[in-house]
Amino acid sequence: MRFDLKNGSSVQALKDVSLDIDEGQIITVLGPSGCGKTTLLNIVAGFLAPTEGKVVLNDEVVQGPGAERGMVFQQGALFEWMNVRSNVAFGPRMKGMPKSEQEEKVKHLLEIVGLADFEDKAVYELSGGMQQRVALARCLANDPDVILMDEPLGALDALTREKMQGLVLKLWKETGKTIILITHSVEEAVLLGERLLVLAPRPGRIHKEYKLPFAEMGVNMDLREVKKSDGYTETRDEILSIIWEMEEEIMGRSEEN
Amino acid sequence: MAILIFYIIIFVAAFYIVKIATSFTKSQDDFTSLKTVTFGDESAVSPNRAASIISVIAIFAIWAAFTGSKLIPIHVPGPFIGDLSFSYTAMNSSGETDDADVTITVYDVQTGVIPDVLEIEPGTGFALNDTAQIITYRSGLIKVQKNDVGGKDKDYKVVAVNGQEISPETEIFVDNARIYMTRKGTLSVTPEKGWQMQPVWLPSPETVWSRLVKVGSEGYKNFTLWEHLGWSLIRVIVGFLAGAIIGIPLGYAMGLSGWFRGWFDPIVEFMRPVPPLALIPLVIIWFGIGEQGKIILLFLASLWIMTISARAGVSGVKISKIHAAYSLGASKWQIMRLVIVPNSLPEIFTGARVSMGVCWGTVVAAELVAAQKGAGMMIINASKFQMTDLVIMGIVLIGVIGYAIDILMRISENYLVPWKGK
Repeated sequence: MRFDLKNGSSVQALKDVSLDIDEGQIITVLGPSGCGKTTLLNIVAGFLAPTEGKVVLNDEVVQGPGAERGMVFQQGALFEWMNVRSNVAFGPRMKGMPKSEQEEKVKHLLEIVGLADFEDKAVYELSGGMQQRVALARCLANDPDVILMDEPLGALDALTREKMQGLVLKLWKETGKTIILITHSVEEAVLLGERLLVLAPRPGRIHKEYKLPFAEMGVNMDLREVKKSDGYTETRDEILSIIWEMEEEIMGRSEEN
Repeated sequence: MAILIFYIIIFVAAFYIVKIATSFTKSQDDFTSLKTVTFGDESAVSPNRAASIISVIAIFAIWAAFTGSKLIPIHVPGPFIGDLSFSYTAMNSSGETDDADVTITVYDVQTGVIPDVLEIEPGTGFALNDTAQIITYRSGLIKVQKNDVGGKDKDYKVVAVNGQEISPETEIFVDNARIYMTRKGTLSVTPEKGWQMQPVWLPSPETVWSRLVKVGSEGYKNFTLWEHLGWSLIRVIVGFLAGAIIGIPLGYAMGLSGWFRGWFDPIVEFMRPVPPLALIPLVIIWFGIGEQGKIILLFLASLWIMTISARAGVSGVKISKIHAAYSLGASKWQIMRLVIVPNSLPEIFTGARVSMGVCWGTVVAAELVAAQKGAGMMIINASKFQMTDLVIMGIVLIGVIGYAIDILMRISENYLVPWKGK
């Protein structure tokens, strides 16, 4: 992936990122700022066309955005002019699903995310955490094959965030969806990622890949217990130091300039 | 100046009176009243309703006090009405002096009653007593020498008034009047005018009210009051709607297509800063002074505002909302209908509010220039006949209607786009 800049030079945002994801996997992507995490996700979602290479899902090359790849954004992607129900029913409505089926689906999903009584509320009346639950439900309502999450919990406070991490794991296990989650929190990446990719910047590339047991553990266990389990702290510190090194390198480079 | 000082005194006095009055009532313990830092905290400043009420009352009270209204008992001093008198001393050609009295009836011509000329004794000596009549706020030349014995002689002159010496081009003050001697030796008497405004400058509130009742029942210049106001409103609404119908789609097109934006950007950016009032002459040349010209003017006034607000509404859509809608399987048309249009509604409403305000101002101005009916025509016509009460009534009605339009827009905004600003 390369962008041409207006001044004639170009930026290599991503280079040689090759990745096979099995169905039902949950992958977290981590990296220092500016390493191309969001660019990668936008390419997978089909919002950006790659300069080289391709994205293949179910033997089909991704050409643009599509309903089989759902997205959950950071706050602010809900439609304020619709109530909670209409937001969640948006995908099914686009498909032309009959009203009664839509209703049923919305009810079911809101129950799963714990917002059963909030169907008729306006989106702006909900708290940040609730809004992200609605966003999750809206994405699930479309029954996508892959769910792409772009720092979905980034704007939440620490406590809400921890609760939502549990919810993401629960949904992952219950629905069996493939999830790619981008985050800048090392802790979140370690907790939620069955596979964890650390990206390195300039050009953006996969620096290291981990296979971690914590996501599986977190499905049935309190996340705070998971954090106490063997290997968690070590893995987290190791990744933290990798990221730190990369950050310092970036800082050093820009100071030299 | 007197009015300004008066107003400041009321402002300060009301502040302290309300402060003292509220200090006796039990204060509430709500969140804002517990704040210790309020200076600089905008959220702690809410309009004091007592101040608003007193402010409106004060304006009417000052208006009434300075126009001698019957609505309130206290007035600033009005013009002198009644009889005033002074004596003068005349010197004849042989150097003798004699005194005589002058009695002047000052009357208010607005009442329609013209008092009878006073019957007076001529008095003794060569200087004889005089009478005269002067209308309030005017002055009168009193030729006291005219009836005196020998008064037409070249050397006959008035040398003193009320015992005070007077010479040409000087003035002296007697009770209720100022007396000035012209260069030729004639006395010019100006009765005390007081502090009140003449009706021709500012009529009293009840005069304006009775004018409203009269025009409301009889109409003005072949049209009823409601026709005048209604026509102005209809022009505004038709012009605004025409502007919105063309402007909003144009704004959307400029927000969604580079070609449209490139094509119309120079036109919109050029036309936007041209005040609609500056277009009136051209519109009159092209379309005449009839309805067509006015509606085209208002259309032009609202078109650019609506275009720019619709364009801003489209550019204001968060890209993540569009991305979310696409990844939920929406088509372009569905995104337009379900995301872009609703998302731009708050901006469009803001534009509509501004545009309605501008249109209302423009229509009145256009009617001032040329119209057979309309609020602006009514007041410009009244001003030509010095019907100040009708002018003020018209201005008040124009203000009230403009305010009502804005309130209506705000209410419908709260109702239609409740998510605005959240």
